Amino acid sequence: MELEATRHTMDKYLRAERIPHIWCPGCGLGTVLNCFLHALEENDTDLQNLAIVSGIGCTGRIAGYVNVDSYHTTHGRAIPFATGLKLAKPDMDVVVFSGDGDLFAIGGNHFIHAARRNMDLNIICVNNYNYGMTGGQLGPTTPLEARTTTSPYGNMEHPFNLCHVAHAAGAVYVARWTALHVRRLKESIKEMLNKKGFCFIEVIAPCPTTYGRRNSMPTGLDTMKYYKEHSVVKHGIDPSEADIEIGGDIVVGKFIDTEKPTYGDAWRELVKRAKK
Amino acid sequence: METRFFSGNVAAAEGAILAGCRFFGGYPITPSTEIAERMAFRLPQVGGVFIQMEDELASMAAILGASWGGVKAMTATSGPGLSLMQENIGLGAMTETPCVVVDVQRGGPSTGMPTLVAQADVMQARWGSHGDYEIIALAPSSVQECFDLTIRAFNLSEKYRTPVIVLMDESVGHMSEKVVIPSAEEIALIERKKPTVPPEAYRAYEPDEDLVPPMACAGEGYNVHVTGLTHDEKGYPVATDPEVQARLVRRLCDKILVHEPELRDIEEFEMDDADVAVISYGISARPSKAAVKEARKRGHKVGFIQLRTIWPFPEAYFQEIAERVKTFIVVEINYGQLKLEVDRVVGRERVHLLPKLGGDIHRPEDVYRKIREVYHGA
Repeated sequence: MELEATRHTMDKYLRAERIPHIWCPGCGLGTVLNCFLHALEENDTDLQNLAIVSGIGCTGRIAGYVNVDSYHTTHGRAIPFATGLKLAKPDMDVVVFSGDGDLFAIGGNHFIHAARRNMDLNIICVNNYNYGMTGGQLGPTTPLEARTTTSPYGNMEHPFNLCHVAHAAGAVYVARWTALHVRRLKESIKEMLNKKGFCFIEVIAPCPTTYGRRNSMPTGLDTMKYYKEHSVVKHGIDPSEADIEIGGDIVVGKFIDTEKPTYGDAWRELVKRAKK
Repeated sequence: METRFFSGNVAAAEGAILAGCRFFGGYPITPSTEIAERMAFRLPQVGGVFIQMEDELASMAAILGASWGGVKAMTATSGPGLSLMQENIGLGAMTETPCVVVDVQRGGPSTGMPTLVAQADVMQARWGSHGDYEIIALAPSSVQECFDLTIRAFNLSEKYRTPVIVLMDESVGHMSEKVVIPSAEEIALIERKKPTVPPEAYRAYEPDEDLVPPMACAGEGYNVHVTGLTHDEKGYPVATDPEVQARLVRRLCDKILVHEPELRDIEEFEMDDADVAVISYGISARPSKAAVKEARKRGHKVGFIQLRTIWPFPEAYFQEIAERVKTFIVVEINYGQLKLEVDRVVGRERVHLLPKLGGDIHRPEDVYRKIREVYHGA
């Protein structure tokens, strides 16, 4: 017999038979998922009306753990898959959960075009500065000088500032938090789920196994301490001023919250004209 | 019923609309673009969605997403675009997602001859994505067949839960001919099977006897998990068990292979007493058939076989035909792709190839000359 006390409070949202998950000790993904599930609970989200789409990578596995219609697609293609799904099921809330490499390297083109169209999607990007699942390679957000298995002498590529990219491409909601900011992250997710249009939340999260230990933060706790020391909340600032550098401030907060017609709304207007 | 004068590309789009297609995601590419243009014009009129995606990778991903949203979905492209779609065609095969991909073939490799005909994507259609899988591919030889086979493609994709490729070519895509369009009631449509059990009893990848599992789409209350990873009957990833992999891959292949007899779509002409058979498909079928008619007039015992379903290849049919026919001539606009399959089944020494390397179609006299050469050698 299963004791009530042995069950996780969020079990009702999870495919409990799929737990334990694949994530490493100290990884930030469990924390981000927990914030997401609490946001669903506090929003009283209709789970039959929610779909999660992921690409490939550690974050991509989130789709497999949440007990809703969930789609684990190909590397980089979560957003166009979600685009098709959303346009076919306009009344469903579609959340894309994926990593920095998936959404901004191999899938970067889809990100900017979905943002340009103001496709009604909720994007949560867990940014751990590297490709964790393949063992810690350089990614599009790896900070300058950081060591990865494919930048053994230090990274010499300029990283993307994801929030700046999202804003420049047309996202109507842009926020950044770290895995330390659990309450604010949860509030941001709740806000995003209640908003129409292309919404983007970046969550900076520890990856001790493949990134941290090569960059003087061998445990998840080291990284969390680093976030505590370096995070600065600045709501409403221009995301272009929120670049991330090793040893510099991690500027977090809600940067953009604006309105414009979504692709779906515009399409429905067009259909009315075409049917006349 | 009505009669229209359409190009093959427009006929394919109109066939799609009548088949119930209500989502098109595509990217412009010669010589397929008129399909996207027609869908952009027509879909809003019938309450569907057209979206021009940022590339072909996105187009293919979007139609898979739309199909999981419960809508019949299509894209159209040409060889370079089909190459870009391949990874997600594999996702479609793996996740058993009904959808239709029209490939209006042009000369290749690479950018090749964008405005001119070829039939050199036969093998790309077959195994362009990685891993073991089977695909259904249909090849129309006329504008009427572009219309008819697009409808059939939707029906087969729904029935077998698989991407279906309509392998058109630049010539059938761009030429205009008479098309007879039946009224909507006259068109038999097939819809994907739905689960008949409640969500708690539903196992998303447990097949029925036909090897095809019923499909619960988004928002239907089944909380389905769909993954491109090797998965068990529940749909959950089991990426480290060779037994699960074998069970899944065998079924994905077998659900198409065991149904080859009903997927078969062959037109025979003068085959009863033929010693030599000309085999062709797509635009090449037309000069081939004309040449066979001419050869018959002159007393040669030659027959003609047109394949409208190319994949799965009708292996059993050719095994049977090989008992009666001595020699085969494959006419195709490539350097010998479908010929490899004919070789495999009837024996290479009995098969001749009449290739074109792209940019032009065969003339009936080219095929006739080959028939005479082979006939006298046969």
